[in-house]
Amino acid sequence: MSSRPLLQVRGVTRRYGPRVGCREVSFELWPGEVLGVVGESGSGKTTLLKCLSAQLVPDAGAIVYDTRDDGPRDIFALSEPRRRLLARTDWGIVHQHPVEGLRMGVSAGANVGERLMAVGARHYGRIRGQALDWLGRVEIPRDRIDDLPRTFSGGMLQRLQIARNLVSRPRLVFMDEPTGSLDVSVQARLLDLLRGLVAELGLSVIVVTHDLAVARLLAHRLMVMRGGAVVEHGLTDQVLDDPQHPYTQLLVASILHP
Amino acid sequence: MDPAVTIAGLSKQFTLHVQGGVILPVLSGVALTVAPGECVALHGASGTGKSSLLRLVYGNYRCQAGSIVVRHRGESIDIATATPQKILELRRHTIGYVSQFLRVVPRVPAVEVVAEPGRAFGMSRLEAEHRAERLLSRLRIPERLWHLPPATFSGGEQQRINLARGFVVDFPVLLLDEPTAALDADNRRTVVSLIGEAKARGAAILGIFHDAEVREAVADRLIPMRGLSQAA
Repeated sequence: MSSRPLLQVRGVTRRYGPRVGCREVSFELWPGEVLGVVGESGSGKTTLLKCLSAQLVPDAGAIVYDTRDDGPRDIFALSEPRRRLLARTDWGIVHQHPVEGLRMGVSAGANVGERLMAVGARHYGRIRGQALDWLGRVEIPRDRIDDLPRTFSGGMLQRLQIARNLVSRPRLVFMDEPTGSLDVSVQARLLDLLRGLVAELGLSVIVVTHDLAVARLLAHRLMVMRGGAVVEHGLTDQVLDDPQHPYTQLLVASILHP
Repeated sequence: MDPAVTIAGLSKQFTLHVQGGVILPVLSGVALTVAPGECVALHGASGTGKSSLLRLVYGNYRCQAGSIVVRHRGESIDIATATPQKILELRRHTIGYVSQFLRVVPRVPAVEVVAEPGRAFGMSRLEAEHRAERLLSRLRIPERLWHLPPATFSGGEQQRINLARGFVVDFPVLLLDEPTAALDADNRRTVVSLIGEAKARGAAILGIFHDAEVREAVADRLIPMRGLSQAA
């Protein structure tokens, strides 16, 4: 593990008029670490994720990212084009609904290849080769490379979105309820795939989920959010097996076991 | 020799907010050491906090007071105050834990479940799987099961998968929570040998052994545990 955090978040606050989205959130994310953000809907998880991934501008606080070339930089102090370049080259964003993260009008192969072209790849044969390779890695049959995403199942679409995000080798990936729109039988396969890829590529991940089982499988550490604030954070199994905050205890006690 | 584990003044209680803030005291002022090559058995009736103590040493539970100092690559790390990153590092390199129940990951075959700690330790895939297979065969898991996910295995088979996972890396510290509870005599003997081999290479072992025969075979010392909740 490297000697400094990949991401340092300090006092991030975002309001919607009088309503609080997230309030005074601070944490560090280290290279290779998977941080789970859990809480019920309305707890501020998604607002926080959008601030961290520069899709929303916080009202207060700082988000410092360890850039490849210039070291730690406050992402909102960067120029708009530099911030966009960072998001395109160094980050990935996996949305809950794959249609938000995919282009439905172009083929599966183009969806993956496009990301490579965005970071400068120009050689058609090599781009197609890498797209094929990535379809294989996310368990999509290679003969579907020229098919449009709308012919894919929900699980395949989510795996395609993951391939599109990972092909350009980002260092930090944001995931918003990555299994949320999938049938339970399809979730296990996706989780297993994600676990493998994250470990193999040494990715840093911030994953928002309301599903504590998903959090346990994927995350090293957890932050529990309620009413826009972080009420508890720590090692994943510690937070789930010995929750300290009343709200975390309530969440853990509310899980249904089949 | 310096102890591998030094516990001092350790106290643990649960505050059950969901049940009106009821406080359950579990441990109070626990002190013990475990030296390299030694097996220390926690001894007492159920409900006296034995499993909780192992979980505290593994960083799975938080304590209210005290320290749990573990020797880790020449450093002394207090689990009670260590960062999550540090605790995960200790779990990769220093502390192995065999719990009573296997937490299964969907779709992952038994041999990979067992090899995983080896990979996390830094072994090559080949070496980790080789060691996993050797343990699976020593623990009499039929080869036809190696490439199936253990979700559908019997209780005894799952416990042996868990044991194989705990012994796949030569951890300097091993925490064993009733490792033979669901095993037949042959497999119990295998576990006794595994523990003996671990002691011989210098592992410090803290465990709970309900089976008297196993306990007598492996334990160098007993630490009596008495209940707090009854006393309170």
